[in-house]
Amino acid sequence: MCLGIPGEVIEILTDRPDLARVDVSGVTRAINIGLVADDGIAPGDWVLIHVGFALSKIDEAEAKAAMDFLESIGKAYDDEIAALRESHIL
Amino acid sequence: MRFVDEFRDADKARALASKIAGLCEPGRDYKFMEVCGGHTHTIYKHGLEDYLPEAITLVHGPGCPVCVIPMGRIDDAISIARHPGVLMTSFGDMMRVPGSNGNFFDSNAENTTIRMVYSPLDSLKIARQNPDRDVVFMAIGFETTTPSTAMTILRAAAEGIDNFSIFCNHITIIPAIKAILDSPDLRLDGFIGPGHVSTVIGCHPYDFIAAHYGKPIVVAGFEPLDILQSIYMLMLQLQEGRSEVENQYSRVVPWEGNPTALRVINDTMQLRPYFEWRGLGFISHSALRVRDEYARFDAELKYQVPGVRVADPKACQCGEVLKGVLKPWECKVFGTACTPETPIGTCMVSPEGACAAYYNFGRFTRTKVHEASTP
Repeated sequence: MCLGIPGEVIEILTDRPDLARVDVSGVTRAINIGLVADDGIAPGDWVLIHVGFALSKIDEAEAKAAMDFLESIGKAYDDEIAALRESHIL
Repeated sequence: MRFVDEFRDADKARALASKIAGLCEPGRDYKFMEVCGGHTHTIYKHGLEDYLPEAITLVHGPGCPVCVIPMGRIDDAISIARHPGVLMTSFGDMMRVPGSNGNFFDSNAENTTIRMVYSPLDSLKIARQNPDRDVVFMAIGFETTTPSTAMTILRAAAEGIDNFSIFCNHITIIPAIKAILDSPDLRLDGFIGPGHVSTVIGCHPYDFIAAHYGKPIVVAGFEPLDILQSIYMLMLQLQEGRSEVENQYSRVVPWEGNPTALRVINDTMQLRPYFEWRGLGFISHSALRVRDEYARFDAELKYQVPGVRVADPKACQCGEVLKGVLKPWECKVFGTACTPETPIGTCMVSPEGACAAYYNFGRFTRTKVHEASTP
């Protein structure tokens, strides 16, 4: 729950501009981007996601580094991805 | 020397380690606290203590929200979940945290419904889909997760969802750090500051650590090199006689934090006069409750909550571990009666808990890896 997971923004939902569809390690889910609205989020941007909310915008290099790190820690990350897979906020 | 788990930048790590060793004054010991449980996890996963000179000890702090929640709050949550019609939701990490009569799974075996969710927004959706149930979200976490709960309250209000409330257990990191600094049990030389919490609160809230307590603090990222780099920055400050707030994780942490996140927290929640932390006792202004304007979303007002203080099991020394006074392996039940499968204390439950990190990565003393591998 405390892990920040990098995700790539695929699209901003037209009827809900506070939500975006993101790709996290091949899992596509809707997340809330209201907390980073001031950063002007657009498709192709990377964000760090905590419990379904983007908390910061990051660059692609940081996203890759964060992902390598998360994959290295094993079970805690697997559990987080499994939880994300079950998340359907819409 | 063998390293517990070689990582891709092991050569860079060795180079940093030798720079750190070069800054050690002969005969002096250094104690740094890593506040965040995520850092503890990295340190043990990658065996970072093995890279460091013996003179440097890393002390694990209270930054694991699951670990510091007192047993009485688990009992309170279960008591709310027992109300007819209530469907409680919780992060998965919370499910196995023991209360005085078992954990959430045990409680579900006795007719409560406590369902795991990834996000508070999942919880809100469950409320939308189940208008005949009262959905209560077990909200927990430091400033990293607090904005998510705040945003969910605002959404519930905007949509007029009235069968949703939160049992608020959000806590704030600064008063806990201050409590540790004021504790006579421990002398620290500096802090490895939390990464993700700082993306929300920024770096200024740590100013008092440098200014009033004269200790350096470096906000750090989560990769092994980030942590070694931060230790190097702390050592450099000490050698040069400085005590400052520095930001090693500036690629993610803005100096001012996330103003939107801070605003929504402030809009929906207010400080409690005090809150009990496992191991640290009652700390003033260290936790949040739902603001009066949003009282209809406050489960503590909606339901009778017993609010009984429960002492930790006698054998459990999580309190000392959380304050950094004891290393996990020094606890009497570590690895014997208390394991991740059958945890007695909270530090063994969460993967970010110091005891679970030690146990999972086979670390039963600081020196064992050296002894086992040095010919």
